Amino acid sequence: MPLIDLTIKQAATALAAGETTSRALCEAFLARAEAVEPRVKAFLSLDREDVLRQADEADRRRASGAARGPYDGIPLAVKDNINVTGQPCSCGSKILAPYRATYDATVTRKLREAGFIFFGRTNQDEFAMGSSTENSAYGPSANPWNLECVPGGSSGGSAAAVAAREAPAALGSDTGGSIRQPAGFCGIVGLKPTYGLVSRFGLVAYASSLDQIGPMTRTVADAAILLDQICGLDPMDSTTLPGAHGGYAAALEAPADVRGLRIGLPTEYFAAQGLAPDVRRAVEAAAKTYEKLGATLVEISLPNLRYAVATYYIIATAEASANLARFDGIRYGARSPEAKDLLETYRLSRAKGFGDEVKRRIILGTYVLSSGYYDAYYLRAQKVRTLIRNDFLRAFEACDVLLSPTAPETAFKRGAKSADPLAMYLADIYTISANLAGICGISLPCGTGDDGLPVGLQLMGPALGEKKILQTAQAFENVAGPAKLPELD
Amino acid sequence: MGTNAGTGHIDARYVADLARIELTDAEAARYNAQLNAILTYVEQLQEPDVTGIEPTAHAMPLANVLREDAARPSLDRAPVIKNAPADVDGIYVKVPAVIEGEES
Repeated sequence: MPLIDLTIKQAATALAAGETTSRALCEAFLARAEAVEPRVKAFLSLDREDVLRQADEADRRRASGAARGPYDGIPLAVKDNINVTGQPCSCGSKILAPYRATYDATVTRKLREAGFIFFGRTNQDEFAMGSSTENSAYGPSANPWNLECVPGGSSGGSAAAVAAREAPAALGSDTGGSIRQPAGFCGIVGLKPTYGLVSRFGLVAYASSLDQIGPMTRTVADAAILLDQICGLDPMDSTTLPGAHGGYAAALEAPADVRGLRIGLPTEYFAAQGLAPDVRRAVEAAAKTYEKLGATLVEISLPNLRYAVATYYIIATAEASANLARFDGIRYGARSPEAKDLLETYRLSRAKGFGDEVKRRIILGTYVLSSGYYDAYYLRAQKVRTLIRNDFLRAFEACDVLLSPTAPETAFKRGAKSADPLAMYLADIYTISANLAGICGISLPCGTGDDGLPVGLQLMGPALGEKKILQTAQAFENVAGPAKLPELD
Repeated sequence: MGTNAGTGHIDARYVADLARIELTDAEAARYNAQLNAILTYVEQLQEPDVTGIEPTAHAMPLANVLREDAARPSLDRAPVIKNAPADVDGIYVKVPAVIEGEES
């Protein structure tokens, strides 16, 4: 098997057996990236020398019997909003173009301690605001299945890199679907953990009460492996959840069995306007597959779901307007050379440094927090958020997991939605509610649409229900086979 | 408030001033149109009855999270200062003049 076809699990086996080296693995992925990057543009930066230096260190550790564990020497692409010491962390924004990370995010530190190789910085919508990577200040990434289409977003570069076999896996971040939607569009697996399962320390904040880092992989097993590495309580993030977490890969070792599992189909999701017939067909076929495997399908109503998009775009923009206040051209990032005083430094640095969508969301967020509008918009959205959360709490009394599409349609053409921000927002309906409710969700491939592009199947579980959704996803993957990836030759 | 949210209207330039972002005339006109369309869309949040409903700030409520108050090493100064757009002797971040007439 060509090295670029290896999953994390397979690469670990091959490394342990001495069948390959970290250097050979990294060289294979670097060669692949060199061949396809001009078309895919998944990476904002990929430092060949740095990758090979890390690989040689890993090989030396392994040769001397001091490997950091089974994954020592396996390359992993990282979204450009997660800090890795010494590397760029531009968040897809011009305002952070000159910035180099001065510390490791907690997930970075953990993955470093496990021996993973930091393999480049992946493209994203600026500050994770978008669903297509078209909002990157450095140009869009392409969907490896159809280069005229978007890979989704905001973690579109991570999804494209994995689907194009430029890396075996990647990290993304998900605030309203930014892991699951691009995973769905690119035909790979993407998991958004329960809020608080993974530390956000060192993730550049977009909306702090919604953001989570998670794995983007070719297989369900690889998602479990990465989640094991990055989860857990962190003194540097007061919102991480206490308790013993992990054991996700181990939970997949037993044969996946969904007999007796109650799978909820949210009525409102399947009745949604804009759900494409081919996506509906593929997702309903997946539900039937589960039924054949012995699961019970249950109709579930989530009556407040219809408010999810409106709730999200108030809460997320409010939090973003506060979080992005730190980018002011003073301590780091780009400073406008034309500014004559401090106020102009702020105004011009931010005007030049931020792109269109970021400015739009900062203005909306500032507005909904401003005096006279706070109660009407922000406070009210927080109360509706409670209603949405209660809907899910009730739903998980009647079922074990929820099944839905990841997105209402397959990947769209570049430019198709960029003129109408609201249309782009409305396409997030299936993913946004998991962030508002703080629950976990996974997207996995479930066939293709009429256009031959992948369809994403979303499974959502209750808070800390990661084992359940991973096992359920594994059962489907066992039937459907692991993700098929495009040749791109 | 509550009931008059439907009358909400964004003056993009005014709000951008609050957020310290300079807008061009074209941007202000475009944002006015787009943001007021979004405001119209979010008016639906006035529909559900939220009487007696507590707001959710975080989905997983945790309170009084403390960690040990122990001294730990800070970030290295040199790479941090190197990230600043301007510095003084590699020790301080250089900031534009705050008060008129002052040498920065």
